[in-house]
Amino acid sequence: MWTWFYQLASPKWFYQFSNKLLPWFRAATFILFAAGLALGLLFSPLDYQQGNTVRILYIHVPAAFLSMFVYVLMALSGGIGFIWRIKMAHIVSVSCAPIGAIFTLLALITGAIWGKPTWGTYWVWDARLTSFLILLFLYLGFMALHNAFDDRKTADRAAAILALVGLVNIPIIHFSVEWWNSLHQGATISKFEKPSMDADMLKALLTMIVAFQVYFVTVLLQRVKAEILLREKLSGWVKKLVTNQ
Amino acid sequence: MYFQSFKEFIEMGGHGFYVWLCYGVVLSGLVSYFIYSKQLAKRNQRNLIKFYKRMDARSQLNANNQLNANNEAQ
Repeated sequence: MWTWFYQLASPKWFYQFSNKLLPWFRAATFILFAAGLALGLLFSPLDYQQGNTVRILYIHVPAAFLSMFVYVLMALSGGIGFIWRIKMAHIVSVSCAPIGAIFTLLALITGAIWGKPTWGTYWVWDARLTSFLILLFLYLGFMALHNAFDDRKTADRAAAILALVGLVNIPIIHFSVEWWNSLHQGATISKFEKPSMDADMLKALLTMIVAFQVYFVTVLLQRVKAEILLREKLSGWVKKLVTNQ
Repeated sequence: MYFQSFKEFIEMGGHGFYVWLCYGVVLSGLVSYFIYSKQLAKRNQRNLIKFYKRMDARSQLNANNQLNANNEAQ
């Protein structure tokens, strides 16, 4: 029953597995984004205070959610690789970093653009915004640290430790709007309460979050494939795969 | 549908600039990164072909050198 789980740790098997999955994920990304954009831009109501700028929510919130989700995944798989010395875990962790950095950057940019018409400013140094900027620096630091070592194993282990230490920032980001006075509003969707938003808005937002998730898996698998080729270049199956083309 | 006309849809109640700028930045960012990461594996494969050629050439050279060294020793 657990064979498939062990096989995930084999780069060769993972490469073939992601080749099988990728067409489906690419198609799903496309369909979900088309649906999410239509729901968000056309079939969701205006906010009674913000009017049409509320439509930025449907890309800002998924980007912000994913940047935190990707960070947790990056840190956990880095930790798994560190403790059990699993090659694939490090490959996933390292492949997560640039994708997460892009989500973080997009969340910051859309937040700034959204801030101008609603708060009257692009940027303030308040708790939510600053802790989110730190998240971006953590991603960049992770990538820089990983690039700083010639030995890949040392690089993997050092970067994994950085990611695990930086994990402390995730709850800070989440609770920053409750712990400090912030311009940023609190969470609208919570696991424990009924969401405080219109059903059509919620539909559009959830579709977009799923679309971003599926996009992330697609891009991650594409990156992981490339990383496997580089790291396993001395193993026979990669040479066979590459030179037989 | 919450818009009466296409013009209204573009204007977004006077906030068209902010809304469309956001969607433009996010979509162009996501699409270009999608294409980049899709081509990454192919680029690595092309580089690896060169790498294997170099490796094969080098091991050929080493084998020849070894042969010469053996001949000289005899």
